[in-house]
Amino acid sequence: MTEYFTPFVVPFLLGVIFLFAVCAYKYIRWYRKFTPVQRAVLRENIFTVKSLRALGETVNECLLHHRVFKKNAVLGYMHSSIALGWFLLIVVGAVEASLEVSGGRHIWVAIFLRYFVHEPELVYPHAHVFAQIMDTLLLYVLSGITLALVKSVWHKVVGMKKVTNHTIFDLLAKYALWFIFPLRLLAESLTARLYGNGGWLTQAIGSLFSPQTATDMEYPIWFLYSLCLGAFFVGMPFSRYMHIFTEVPLIFFRRLGVTEAEKATGYTKYELSACSRCGICIDDCPLNKDLHHTDIQPVYFLRDVRYGQPRLATAEDCLMCGRCQAECPVGLDLLSIRRQMRDRSAIDGSGHYDGMKQVQPFNAIGRVGYFGGCMSHLTPSISEAMKTIFEAAGQKYWFIDEQATICCGRPLYQQGFVRQAADLRERNTRLIEESGIKVLVTSCPICYQSFTKEYSLKGVTVLHHSEYIATLIAEGRIKLNPGSLRIAYHDPCELGRGCGIYDEPRRVLSAVGTLLSTASEREKSLCCGHNLGDTTLSFEEQGAVRDSAILNLTAVKPDVIATACPMCKKALSIPNNLEIKDIAELVANSITEYD
Amino acid sequence: MDFGFTISKTRVIDLSAANMEKAARVEEVRRCMDCGGCTATCTAGQFIDFNIHRTHLLFRRGQYEGLDKALEACMLCGKCTLVCPRGVNLRRMIINMRTLLP
Repeated sequence: MTEYFTPFVVPFLLGVIFLFAVCAYKYIRWYRKFTPVQRAVLRENIFTVKSLRALGETVNECLLHHRVFKKNAVLGYMHSSIALGWFLLIVVGAVEASLEVSGGRHIWVAIFLRYFVHEPELVYPHAHVFAQIMDTLLLYVLSGITLALVKSVWHKVVGMKKVTNHTIFDLLAKYALWFIFPLRLLAESLTARLYGNGGWLTQAIGSLFSPQTATDMEYPIWFLYSLCLGAFFVGMPFSRYMHIFTEVPLIFFRRLGVTEAEKATGYTKYELSACSRCGICIDDCPLNKDLHHTDIQPVYFLRDVRYGQPRLATAEDCLMCGRCQAECPVGLDLLSIRRQMRDRSAIDGSGHYDGMKQVQPFNAIGRVGYFGGCMSHLTPSISEAMKTIFEAAGQKYWFIDEQATICCGRPLYQQGFVRQAADLRERNTRLIEESGIKVLVTSCPICYQSFTKEYSLKGVTVLHHSEYIATLIAEGRIKLNPGSLRIAYHDPCELGRGCGIYDEPRRVLSAVGTLLSTASEREKSLCCGHNLGDTTLSFEEQGAVRDSAILNLTAVKPDVIATACPMCKKALSIPNNLEIKDIAELVANSITEYD
Repeated sequence: MDFGFTISKTRVIDLSAANMEKAARVEEVRRCMDCGGCTATCTAGQFIDFNIHRTHLLFRRGQYEGLDKALEACMLCGKCTLVCPRGVNLRRMIINMRTLLP
């Protein structure tokens, strides 16, 4: 025991014990706050192939940082060198220490092995090989730390325009992390100078010191190294570095099918702590780019929520366009957290529509239901086009809201009025289910997302009109006249990033003209500025966001701009100098021409 | 007892007596030019007795009584905001009014 103990292991040891105690306490506490539904999903899926996939994703994301690599190779290298390098240092160090039978039982021996074992060749085999591997791994981590240093003064080297403004506490934790590895290198080099037990790197650096300096400095530097480790471990559960561990359970929960609930749960706590505050969400946020709102991005919003200081103003100042969520390397459900924090329980109403003039129930068995949505009443050309398409396909249909129906409930839901939204959903569900329709087509992506994700319509298939038209074309039920129009397509946020529908509208458009590709499309498409998720922006501010989107579309010089959302069509039409068409209108025109 | 008629309350609006403090805090109401476009397009107004223009006019005058209940009818669909010729952010206005009203 005494041979493998020296006072400087104490700071490290206390840090490790503290770290694991706090993590265990937090994780158990958060798990207890899961809803029964979330727990049931976990139990159901834990012994399936999904667990294996989660393991794969853990290696891919927590160690290799695959998604960051896709964003920027240098940034990916920086993250993975620190994560994978440190992980391998620990693993290889533990293997090496376990060969050293007598001392390997104490966890600190693996960390401070070079200090304790001066002549490893006499104690275990291949000691020299281990020394070379460990030195190389240390250099690997140090290269990442060096990049992090460069990044902090020159963001562009990793492809970032803005980086996170960290709190003092996060900065201290970061500096502790930065010091750990140079100190380890120095400590091992000094020991190598004295006993010759280092690898190529530590031996070379050690030779720069005189034996006297090495003797004097060896112990203090090892002590400093241990102190830095201890300080980092103590700060870790309270700083952004909590993401290092938390991302692992989060990936498992997510892969096993747990999702965010209506209100914040224990799962939300995991998501909040899994945010590494890397700041990747800042650059592409339209509010940052076009309006210079620089303190509302998820990185800051999640931080405030995590430390118990959520501000309604920050929660509200967001278009909910999902651009950040598409970029997030941790894959956090940022929009749901934003919605949960828009707490309106104090003013949320219910039962207000009890005395309403109900939309008449309708027997529509054998028909396709068509729901235009509120916004289609401002863009009647879309519903007219849909009528033409239904008739051309010989499909009987029921236009649910030809006169009017109540809203789908999503706008209220997004603003946190959960009771009122549930009230509307219930009424619409009754209307739709009682009518006997099997297929519900909607031309509004907001309604579509609501019907598919927030409703549970029994026996009804919900289709966006782009999906429906694509099917009609594929089945040959409508014949189109392929024109020579050059079309630029604007991906609506709610349809693309919201529901993952990118290909169907493109298939439809390719059938009526030539589809051009724009600089920002699909997952990277720009918001039209009028997303219903936001209530704080003025008309002029919305205009600035919209103008960016229009610029992206007009850059390819199209004859016509197409979209698949009445809201986007309305918004993009505001400057009044462009031809904006819904895909249904283009298809309807094409049918007419063919006849 | 029902006489078949009642005595109407006075409809005189005493702006000096009204508590204008809340009305002053909702900036959006001052931009309105009373065209009524919002009410004409309102989806909620087709189903129940809800008139967004009337509601916010009363609010602007400091006559807050019953407005909190009336505003629960709004479904925040945003059509009114799009048709408003003055670019008033009506959704924001409605949420602000609801937050201030008792």
